[in-house]
Amino acid sequence: MNEITNVFRRLNREGKKALIPYVTGGDPSIEKTYEFMEFLARNGADIIEVGIPFSDPMADGPVIQRASERALKAGTAVKDIFALVRRFNKAFTIPVVLMGYLNPIYAYGVERFVSEAADNGVKGLIIVDMPPEEAGEICPLLRKYGIASIFLATPVTNRDRILKIKKIARGFLYFVSVTGVTGERDEIPTDILEKIKEIKGLISLPVTLGFGISHPRIVEEFFPYLDGFVVGSALVRRWEHSFSVDDPELKNFFQEMVIACHGS
Amino acid sequence: MRKGYYGKFGGVFVPETLMPSIYELEEAFFRWWRSRDFRKEFEGYLKDYVGRPTPLYHASNLSVRCGLTLYLKREDLCHTGAHKIINALGQALLAKKMGKRRVIAETGAGQHGVAVATAAALLGLECCIYMGADDVERQKMNVIRMDMLGAEVRGVETGTRTLKDAINEALRDWVTNVRTTHYILGTVFGPYPYPQMVKEFVSVIGREAARQIWKKEKRLPDVVVACVGGGSNAMGIFYPFLKRKEVTLVGVEAGGKGISTGHHAARFQGGKVGIFQGTKSYVLQDSNGQILDTYSIAPGLDYASVGPEHSFLMESQRVTYTSATDEETLEAFFLTSREEGIIPALESSHALAYVIKNCTRWKDKLVLVNLSGRGDKDVETVSRTISP
Repeated sequence: MNEITNVFRRLNREGKKALIPYVTGGDPSIEKTYEFMEFLARNGADIIEVGIPFSDPMADGPVIQRASERALKAGTAVKDIFALVRRFNKAFTIPVVLMGYLNPIYAYGVERFVSEAADNGVKGLIIVDMPPEEAGEICPLLRKYGIASIFLATPVTNRDRILKIKKIARGFLYFVSVTGVTGERDEIPTDILEKIKEIKGLISLPVTLGFGISHPRIVEEFFPYLDGFVVGSALVRRWEHSFSVDDPELKNFFQEMVIACHGS
Repeated sequence: MRKGYYGKFGGVFVPETLMPSIYELEEAFFRWWRSRDFRKEFEGYLKDYVGRPTPLYHASNLSVRCGLTLYLKREDLCHTGAHKIINALGQALLAKKMGKRRVIAETGAGQHGVAVATAAALLGLECCIYMGADDVERQKMNVIRMDMLGAEVRGVETGTRTLKDAINEALRDWVTNVRTTHYILGTVFGPYPYPQMVKEFVSVIGREAARQIWKKEKRLPDVVVACVGGGSNAMGIFYPFLKRKEVTLVGVEAGGKGISTGHHAARFQGGKVGIFQGTKSYVLQDSNGQILDTYSIAPGLDYASVGPEHSFLMESQRVTYTSATDEETLEAFFLTSREEGIIPALESSHALAYVIKNCTRWKDKLVLVNLSGRGDKDVETVSRTISP
């Protein structure tokens, strides 16, 4: 049983939702990212998503693009991300999932990547530019090494595709709130509720909501319908103010998100 | 062969949000491409609007100078100045059939952007063109043309501020406006069905050229030469000759300041297989899989990857890929201008440079070059190289 599943089971029993913060690995350095992850882990994160920086992040908005650029400028490579996860796992039991684009993984060697990810305690993997159609090589490897293959669904994903994704998705399903790139939005259109209900009716995996989660209000709005919330750009934007976990705005925001997901 | 693949190259590597549109596009393309009415409409535009068939010109002065028989496929005479209009019109017509009211495109040299802006004006579509900020500087005239045609040009300030960043921005726009917008990708690149669809559209170049050279010379050419950026003009002229093994096919990449300097865009010289912007192909990348900055005097060739079918044709050795440096390209640019009275695009000048460089090898042979575009857009760039 993957640790990710355990997290959702426990939260479900407690009537809470998973809070999944996103950080870009190496932004602005691996050491700083570790401090950030430590802060998130100590203050209520349930799962941490670590981004593997890529030079051409086509599905990301400006905030994550900047984070990626900073991480690459610092020379961050896949092996550094693995070392970061290993170090984190020595101190915390919170599952870490990696998110990235295919080329750096391909360049590393797909099986080498998956096996070393497992060795270093990575629990799940999201590859932004790899739809189920192209997942034939990596999914059996992820199963072999016990890493959850996390896939995305969107407001335009139809029933047939949901069923296709269901066959290979593990851990949780990442529902993208809007058609678009990562980034904060003032509002999430509530017409996605129909789609979320459709997905929940077809898939037994936990479903999380991501892209545009800028405010605890959005969590409150969608709380009853989902199992967790991914917060990326809203957090990274506050992080880039000073790259300090003592930043009051960062602390307050994260605290509010924890309350929204877990209750006070 | 797996659908969407050319050997091990190709595929559909896009975010989930785009998948429904990819299927919609595939379905629409194959349905309409088989439709007699659609073909008639498309071919009607090619004839009366684009000015096809473009002439096949016997470049006699260059032929004498090089000691061979040189024919130029005059794509520079297409409306808007390059072969790019063919694909732009084909996809814009398709966008209308799919009920999309808005089209977007990336552009490097500005030629594809101008072509899309033109097709959009003609067919009454809203149009937005993404262009790297550096390219906006380098190709000012094309920016002005797009603006006059009613398109919005968005300069892209992120990344290396060139073609690849324009594609990233176009993809971000498409992901966001996927319900109303069709992305007119400008070359035989990106996720399937783009490489296949664009190839089908541009193959008219090669079909015409084969017919024309047969009529003039009563035989097939010994060698067909084209420059390769993404690879659409090359694929267009190569396609009908692929099965004729007696015809040598040569693709010329941008050698920039020389392969050894690292300042080039020759994917088959310095790249390795990777996954970039929707497809698996040769990519210029570092050992960590990060995409490298590329360089060429010709913005239309200044790109880190290449159409997946070109990678397949390279590995299967059907097509020979080589490169020409900026210096060789400029020499060919001036020679063609002065000998033939034709100012070629810097992109196409790479193909001419290959012929000039290799005239002994092709002595007395029948050589066909795809003169894919005209050089009006490049006069500023070139004049800067003579009087810095």
